[in-house]
Formats: sequence, C-alpha cells, structure tokens
Amino acid sequence: MGTARQTALYACHQKAGARFVDFGGWDMPVQYTGTLVEHAAVRNEGGIFDVSHMGEVVVRGSEAIEALNRLITNDLNRIGDGRAQYTVLCKPDGGIVDDLIIYRVSETELFLCVNASNREKDFNWIQKHLTGNAEATDESDEWSQIALQGPIASGLLAQVIGDPALAEMRPFRFVDRQWNGHMLRIATTGYTGSGGFEIYLPNTAAPALWEALLEAGSPLGLIPAGLGARDTLRLEKGYCLYGNDIDETTSPLEAGLQWVVRLEKDQFMGADALRAQKESGIHRKLVGFMLEGRGIARAHCPIFVGEEKIGTVTSGNMSPMLKKAIGMAYVSVEHSAPGSQIEVEIRGRKVAAVVQTLPFL
Amino acid sequence: MSNIPQELLYTKEHEWAKTEPGKVVAIGVTDHAQDLLGEIVYVELPEVNTEVTKDETFGVIESTKSVSDLYAPISGIVTEVNAIAVDGPEVVNEDPYEEGWLIKIQPSDPAELDDLMTADQYETFVDANS
Repeated sequence: MGTARQTALYACHQKAGARFVDFGGWDMPVQYTGTLVEHAAVRNEGGIFDVSHMGEVVVRGSEAIEALNRLITNDLNRIGDGRAQYTVLCKPDGGIVDDLIIYRVSETELFLCVNASNREKDFNWIQKHLTGNAEATDESDEWSQIALQGPIASGLLAQVIGDPALAEMRPFRFVDRQWNGHMLRIATTGYTGSGGFEIYLPNTAAPALWEALLEAGSPLGLIPAGLGARDTLRLEKGYCLYGNDIDETTSPLEAGLQWVVRLEKDQFMGADALRAQKESGIHRKLVGFMLEGRGIARAHCPIFVGEEKIGTVTSGNMSPMLKKAIGMAYVSVEHSAPGSQIEVEIRGRKVAAVVQTLPFL
Repeated sequence: MSNIPQELLYTKEHEWAKTEPGKVVAIGVTDHAQDLLGEIVYVELPEVNTEVTKDETFGVIESTKSVSDLYAPISGIVTEVNAIAVDGPEVVNEDPYEEGWLIKIQPSDPAELDDLMTADQYETFVDANS
C-alpha cells in the first residue's frame, strides 16, 4: 500500500484547519469546523466541498451514445446536449458496477463522473465492453472538482464567475465557462439535496476558484465542508452510497432505482436479468427507516420482525436536521411498506423502528 | 493543547476520574477525547445501581463518524447518571470536565484509583501518542 494521494486543494484544506481521513487511497478532509456545523451550513447558507477524488471518464466517437447506451440502464437519447443524467452500470446478472452521472457534451462526446472508489474498475469495465466507434479515456488525473452547495450557491457562483445566467440554470444541466484563463464545466448536479453546483476544472485552476468562492461567500455564511457532512447530507435525502446501499450484489430494482432503468430500451448489459427480476418480482427492497427508541443504527446492524431476521442496515446516522436516528436498509418486501414496524439490533439490543418514505426531508 | 486539570486522575482510554465528598468518584471523557471524537451526538450510559468492573466497558459515546466504548476506570456501583449528557450530548464537547460528567461510581476497591495516571503522566501519554 503506497502513501495516500492528495488533491490540488490539499494546501487549502490545511490552511482551513481540516482534519483528514483516508478515503479510497486519498487524504481527504472529513471535517473543518465540525460535521454538524458544516451540515447545517449547507442546508441554511452554503458549503464548499473538494470532491476531486472522484473519477472522470470521457467516451468519444461517432457511435458514443449508442455504445454507452448498451452499457448503462438509463437512456441517453432522452437528454440533449448540455444535460446530465444519473444512471447505473450493471453486470449481466443485474448487479450494480457503479452509479454515475453522465454529462452529454455532444452527440460524439460523453463526460462521465464516477465514484472515487470505482475509478479504475469503471474505466476498465467501460473500455472492455464498449463496441462500435467509441473510445474511453480516463481523464481523472486532469480534473479537479469543487461542489458548491446550499441556498446561496447560485447567486454566489454567478457573481464570482461574472455570469448572471448561472443563477437561472435548471437542475441537471451544465455549461462550459471561461474563468481566469481556464475552462470550467459548471453543472447543476449535487449530492446534498440543497441545490447548487458541481464544478469540474483543471487542477491548476482549483485553488484560485476555492479561495475566490470562500472570499466572496464567507460573509454570506459559506464555509468549507468535508466528507463527514457530505455523508449525513446525502443520507437525509436518501441518496445511495456505493459500497453501502448499492454494490455488485444489489440490483437497481431492489435499490429503488427503477426510475433509471429503461427496460424498453433495445438491449443493454443486465437487461435480461432485470426484465426477469421485474417479471418474478423482487424479494427485498432498499427502504428508509427511523428509530423510535434510543440509539444510532449503523451499517450491518441486523433487522428483525419478531424472532425473524428480515433485513440489514446499509447506512445509518443521526440526522442533524431532524435530530432523530435515520438509516437505509434492505428488508424483505413483506415489511417494506412505509409505516411497517421493524426492530434494529444495535450491539445486541433491539430498538424499535418504522419504515419511512424517502427522502427524510 | 488540550486542557488537563491538575486535580483529576486519568486513564489510557482518555477518561478522567474525580473523587467527590462521600468518596463517590465522578467519571467523564477528557478534552482530548472530545476533540478526537468530534461533535458527540449520542451517549449510552448504564442505569443507576449497575455494577461496573475496572477496564470493562460501561457504555458508548458516538459522533457522526465514530462509535467509542467507555471503560470503567475503577470497579463499583453506579450511583448517578448525568441526564444532561444523555439528553444533550453536545455538553460533553462543550464542558467535558464539569457539566459533561457521565456517571458516578461508589468504588468497591478505592485502591484501584492508585493505578490511574496523574495529570502530568496523562499529558506525557497524550504527547507520546499524538
């Protein structure tokens, strides 16, 4: 195991007093002032995150759309240039290789953002399975990524970049803009559920944009936010975390991601397995739950109804906004309806809980 | 530099012990511990009259990212549990040595207190392990 990698913003994080953690081989800030403070800031004002550890894969070619469409569950023909789409990549058996966002730059160029932990896996997978006139390149090392999230984000970015139109962008869109002699890819995507942007930019441009956003945004309440807050923010919204809520043993139909699975599409990797699963019905389902008793549910806690184990927690934490213990879990379909009473076993003690619709807020 | 009051005794698990009038011993986590843990969101403590054993776990303290066991520095019976820490765990971050105390123990063997570290010894221990 070599030493951990650092993003182009490492010095900025040190300056801001970050506490670091190893995430997938990267030294990343887990918190600066505190995960709860940062979480609240994103919901109420704004937070700025370094997510440069994420991977970027570009698929180019005259058949790029069709070639990639054969690997993903969603349908790229449903979006035009300048739009983004959330999808999963499946194995032939329907298990999820990764969840990702695809930005359609043009009919012949697709920009993919993949999970940091799956950078190599996804690139190898795509490169191996692409057919026709389409080629994949791994551009992860060339791109940094800054997420600017929260109610103040749109006005702030428009001001700093000097383009009022940025404040009017609708969700799941992106534009390329020049700033400080660099090209920024500015997207209205995000993982917090509080609105804002994900900005892809060259490594050399990242520190200047980070500092410029903080300088202009601090008076408005903008603070740096780390991976700790990122996790509690996405959990409150019921967004999946690869490795916890979804992995190669879970299908998108079980995970509540049927909305990104276009079974009417011609043919794609995993289609047969997913059609069969839809036909016969799923046996377990990813649901949200809230504890009724004292405690915090964490990943791997077993779930019971009576003496019968009916599921397992995949993600769990205290919700900073609700001040209640929440989580996500796979449970057998018989107990998956919102309002179902379940028990979560935490360190040998069963705590009453109830199934909730997602998002929690 | 974390705060390490001179009059308290300390453990390798970053807990403090304080003998009070009536020989009852109050227990909590140190300033260094609350800093390491981050914002505390949950504390699980035993009920009054529970028997605790030196070096065995008596509860749990959790932040968003971590779950840490609490270890009894001495053996005895729990006489009091801090309801304020249970209902508002953030008090442990804000005031770990006073308002943020966790439990009080009537010791079964007061000699066990001799095994604990002084403030100076704890400070050396923290520096050596940072």
